[in-house]
Amino acid sequence: MIGSPDVVAFTRDDDFSQANPELWLLPEEFSIPLHPLADSNPWAKTSYAKFTKDFILISEFSEQVGPQPLLTIPDDPRVCGTFDLNYFSLRIMSVDYQASFVGHPPGSGYPRLSFVEDSRVVLGDSKEGAFAYVHHLTLYDLEARGFVRPFCMAYVSADERKIMLQFQELSLRFSQASECLKAGNRRAFAKELQRKLRDLEYTHSVLQREEGLQREAGPQCVYSAHAVEKANELANVEKSIYEHRDLLKQLSSYHRQPRRDPHAAACHRCVAECLSQCEELLEQYAKLPARPSGPSGPSGPAGPGPEEEEGVKRRPSYTPQLIKAKSAKCFDKRLKTLKELCDETFYEATVELLKETERSFRGDLCYLHTRRLDRALRRTLRLTDFLFEEDLNAEDETGTLRAFCAVSHTADNHTLLNAPPIVLGPEPAELDALDPSSEASHTQESELGPGGSQLESSPSDQTLETQESSEETKGSFSSDKSGPGHAEKPESEACIKSEPPDSDLTPDPDHNTDLERESSSEDMETTAGEDDNGDQTPVSLLEVVSELEAAGDEVPSDLLVPLDTACCMAQDGFLYEASPREVLPRLGSSSHPRVVNQEPQALLPVQDAYAVGSPGSARAAGLELPVGPLGDAGSGASAEDGSDGTMSASTGSDRAASPVGYGAVATQRQRKKAAQGALRFVRQYPFAVQALWCLLSGRTLVVLGADEGRVRRLVAALALFVPAPGKCGERIQAWLSCPFTLTDLQRWKLIGLQRVASPVGSSMLHSLSRYSRYIAILDADQRSLRCPSYRGHVLSNVADHRTCIRRGSTYFLHLQSTLCRLAARAFLLTFTHHLHLPVSCAEGPAAVEGRRRCFLQEQLGLGEEDGRVLLYLSQLITQRYLQPPGGGSAAPPTFTFNYTTSVFYKI
Amino acid sequence: MLRWILGGREAQGSVEKSSVLCIGEDQPKNWFTELQVLKGHFDIVRFLVQIDDFRCASAGDDGLVLIWNIETGERLQELRGHSQQITAITTFTCNTGHTSHTLLITASSDRSLSLWDPDTGNRVQTISDLQSSVKCLLVLERLCMWVSGGEELCVWSKDFQLQCHRQNHSDTGISALIELPKNCIAAAMDKEIVIYRVTVSTDSSVSVAEIQCLSNHHDQIRALINVTDGLFASGSHAGELILWDSIDWSIQSYEHILWEESQSSAQAEIRLGAPKPSEMSIQHLSTNGKLILAAVGSGLYVYSVLTKTVVAYRKVAHDSNVLHTMLLSDNKLISCSEDGSVRMWEIQDLPLPAEPASSGFFGMWTFGRSNKQTGPPSKKVMDVPNIRMLELTGDLIGHSGAVQMFLSFKEKGLVTCSTDHLLILWKDGERQSQLRSLALFQKLEENGGL
Repeated sequence: MIGSPDVVAFTRDDDFSQANPELWLLPEEFSIPLHPLADSNPWAKTSYAKFTKDFILISEFSEQVGPQPLLTIPDDPRVCGTFDLNYFSLRIMSVDYQASFVGHPPGSGYPRLSFVEDSRVVLGDSKEGAFAYVHHLTLYDLEARGFVRPFCMAYVSADERKIMLQFQELSLRFSQASECLKAGNRRAFAKELQRKLRDLEYTHSVLQREEGLQREAGPQCVYSAHAVEKANELANVEKSIYEHRDLLKQLSSYHRQPRRDPHAAACHRCVAECLSQCEELLEQYAKLPARPSGPSGPSGPAGPGPEEEEGVKRRPSYTPQLIKAKSAKCFDKRLKTLKELCDETFYEATVELLKETERSFRGDLCYLHTRRLDRALRRTLRLTDFLFEEDLNAEDETGTLRAFCAVSHTADNHTLLNAPPIVLGPEPAELDALDPSSEASHTQESELGPGGSQLESSPSDQTLETQESSEETKGSFSSDKSGPGHAEKPESEACIKSEPPDSDLTPDPDHNTDLERESSSEDMETTAGEDDNGDQTPVSLLEVVSELEAAGDEVPSDLLVPLDTACCMAQDGFLYEASPREVLPRLGSSSHPRVVNQEPQALLPVQDAYAVGSPGSARAAGLELPVGPLGDAGSGASAEDGSDGTMSASTGSDRAASPVGYGAVATQRQRKKAAQGALRFVRQYPFAVQALWCLLSGRTLVVLGADEGRVRRLVAALALFVPAPGKCGERIQAWLSCPFTLTDLQRWKLIGLQRVASPVGSSMLHSLSRYSRYIAILDADQRSLRCPSYRGHVLSNVADHRTCIRRGSTYFLHLQSTLCRLAARAFLLTFTHHLHLPVSCAEGPAAVEGRRRCFLQEQLGLGEEDGRVLLYLSQLITQRYLQPPGGGSAAPPTFTFNYTTSVFYKI
Repeated sequence: MLRWILGGREAQGSVEKSSVLCIGEDQPKNWFTELQVLKGHFDIVRFLVQIDDFRCASAGDDGLVLIWNIETGERLQELRGHSQQITAITTFTCNTGHTSHTLLITASSDRSLSLWDPDTGNRVQTISDLQSSVKCLLVLERLCMWVSGGEELCVWSKDFQLQCHRQNHSDTGISALIELPKNCIAAAMDKEIVIYRVTVSTDSSVSVAEIQCLSNHHDQIRALINVTDGLFASGSHAGELILWDSIDWSIQSYEHILWEESQSSAQAEIRLGAPKPSEMSIQHLSTNGKLILAAVGSGLYVYSVLTKTVVAYRKVAHDSNVLHTMLLSDNKLISCSEDGSVRMWEIQDLPLPAEPASSGFFGMWTFGRSNKQTGPPSKKVMDVPNIRMLELTGDLIGHSGAVQMFLSFKEKGLVTCSTDHLLILWKDGERQSQLRSLALFQKLEENGGL
């Protein structure tokens, strides 16, 4: 592995380790470095990258052809350009830290399923200008060498920094994807095992029959060569059955493995289902197939046996030879594709996850950073952000990751995992402290120890660890460790998770992890003794965690810690001690006394040679995996808008189950475009401020016009000013061509109305004049406005028709800041007790009213009309706060208005 | 509704030209600054009945009776059972021990009567296959009985047993019923008021006897109300308002309300130009014991019981017929009309008592160009020296059809029902906002902070 790419050193860097005392300083990214670094060309890094944008690469270390790329996301050849995927796959796969254990360790009788944690590493290929977060994982394949197939998923970017700083979240997301793949893989593997066991049993029964016939035919004490051969064959088959059964058992105990991976929270229901499936199989194959004359006591009733045989016999594809020879290791056989390895639904869900990951990491670092900061801030403003911000839920998945289950289980285990915050510089501590959801999230907390994030403090032992584990790597960054200087929670958790076998030998956690790293192939196998312990301990740490998390946010996260560690320790202890002695008696009791009277000691050495195979076909099979129609970025925006949690919960298809949050970006774009229109409106109409005031104070504005396009444009522009427009703008009706009624006024705050010259039109005009007290009418054709007059000053700076702002996006930001300010003041007004309710019983409503007016006028400096805006916003906040969490109440909505004289404005 | 739109447009046109009754958008005395639209009916809503201080029932041509919580606007119950329009609805309070339970009696065109429990929504009792449909209902609480009037008069016990019934000879049937002292009932039948006496004999059998027939009205009686314990009033289609003594059924006062048509017509009761009968038809009467408010055509007429004189009037109070009125207090009243609006009035003293008539008229008709279409106003009626002015203080616009009826819940709000199938709940925005704030801080406390 000397020729492996330069693993990016994750060394202690000043801007990571030191907690920046000056919180108000510009983050590092925004300031201009005083001394430019050696590469003075800021574009140099990306300039020689041969791909145009970041992508995700899935590669496999095929035992036949070596490393090969399987799939890129987005699946577009232009993305990779001239970038040599094959070469890069070779590089990333050649630093596989997962000790791909093969065969069985000395001292145990059966081949072991290696239980390998995923490894995460950042690799760079400076020559190619490519950097990658590489996530290695192994999947089980009965036909593969050592039953494992190594894969990796890599996030490839030209920006090394981006990867380093996003490491936490990348790790989280890829872990989810990996969990998803592995969950599907376990299912598929269990199915495969089932098939195999069936075959074996059939073979066994056939052989038994033959052997019995021979025994009867020949003399009792003499074994012919043929009989011996048959007996051996039978023994082999039985041994094989034992082995496979053991594999199945190991598989079922998979979930009880202590996981070091903090992100590896699998879907609870998937786990349970797979577990039950495995156990059912185990139950079914717990005994050797019935031998009519067999004295094997525990084998018990032969009920399922014949049925199984029936079933097997009916299968036309059945061939006993398959099992007999070690054909599984044939070179020329076709290896399963990734899709076959995993359940198809799981596979597709994973691809969706990865696509979503790719989407959420689009853009450069600054963009990601500001977006995330923005979102983090907005999460703290849940009470008011419905007023003017676009809906956060649409992009919620990018901020808060769901513990994603591929197969429509999202509804019942709705564990929210907060993505770790992007660590770019001094993260303002308040953000996280204020965030109520962050406290509830176990995952985030474990990563965001009070002392800082893992990234900041881990480097020292990271390097240590990786040096020992693989000499070639100059240093890597692996997230499944936490440093010694941590807050106790993550530390204890990580240590205990990772120290199972050697806990008494090496008390020092650091050493421990190192040793464990080296010997992970032995230590991390599944042990068979867990069945005994299963009753005493919760199924696994992670399930406990996810249960607790799912149980509700109220659970104080501190409670999780002792529970986790305790159960973990108990489990680990038992695991280690119980494993050797448990296997023997049980197997002994069930083994056949005559043919195989002792435990099989070893398997044949595994032939590990690479076959030349047919790489082309394999690769083609890998690449022809379906990629959803929405794989391409921009096109899918509108279609994806609606697919949020509800949809994925309601449908079983994994298509819908994918959390896609790309709609929000488009919305943002639309809003910026609308801001351009609003700017134009403000510049064209001198009375724009009155119209804006109407919208902000809750008076329905009717835009009247004959030209649909014009009205729609105006409505789109003015929609920016509608407070609480609803998730999909329900309170805005862009184009209406029938007379409206009072309920429409109640429902819509901004209406585009068609002006028609017909009886319909006159009745429409009639309804306009009838309800004129509730509305403001903006006539787009005659350029006139009829509404109450506004004399305030708050809106004058967003509706200055001599404004110097020329660009829509600038105006949008300007506008947002004003609206934010208003929303903040409205929040203050809403939640200040004495402004609404009397402080003493002697006080009448007039005193409260006076106090409120005083507050608005003197403390906030708002006039009558500006105060009305605030009162309206406050009313919205109140109503929203009082809304039952379920959503709609039985009571019809209220419509508040006031009786004021309207004025007619005309250009 | 179409009729209204067409008619309304004409009215709208006139209103736009002349702001006689257009108070404008600035209504400082109008405290109904919040509304809730209550949907549920799918035909004209004609009746509103108050059940207790926070519930009301609405009924209409769709045969549905809906129970509403007027504090929240929620629909509490839906009483289904009648297959045709509801013709009468009343509450029936039965006192069982010290708890009183309010039930609802409804009558429908499907010739059935039903007793409902508004708490559960159950139909407690029902009587079908009546000979004719019931047009009015009257509960005699003292006797624990109730009376239904239509083509026949039936007396029922509280558990829906028919006690006795009496066939009428008039073909129009009973249109209104009121209770009079001494177990008497006054029933309005076409142009006559018939007094019946209900007698409960010792063996608890009930009989009804016709005692007297008062036929002083010259036209169909449209309204019949109790004014005080000793007085009741009736109004006819021809604009006759008669005050009767409740004991001996003698006429206390006879007022023929005539809108003077022109200068010439003011002298006598000679009608010129033959106004449409509905212009002076007394559609509705309401009283608070001291004043009687009559809805006459599209105008309002306030009559003092004590002085037996007209206190104030407004010939054109609405653009169309006034359907329901109510006296809120001695000087505040509300009216609703076919024009879809609800108007609130205040009886105000004239600014200059020295010359009441003219200034009053100028005050009223300052922008009275619309009146010029029918003719210049007459000063004749103004001879009455103590006449006061009916000043519009606010109007509620929301319905797109005739407002059939309204029900006031004092400071909690006002419910209106209309031919546009809707009910609107009008509330005081200030009060509601304060209530919401209260709820907000309560919830805040429950949640333990934000």
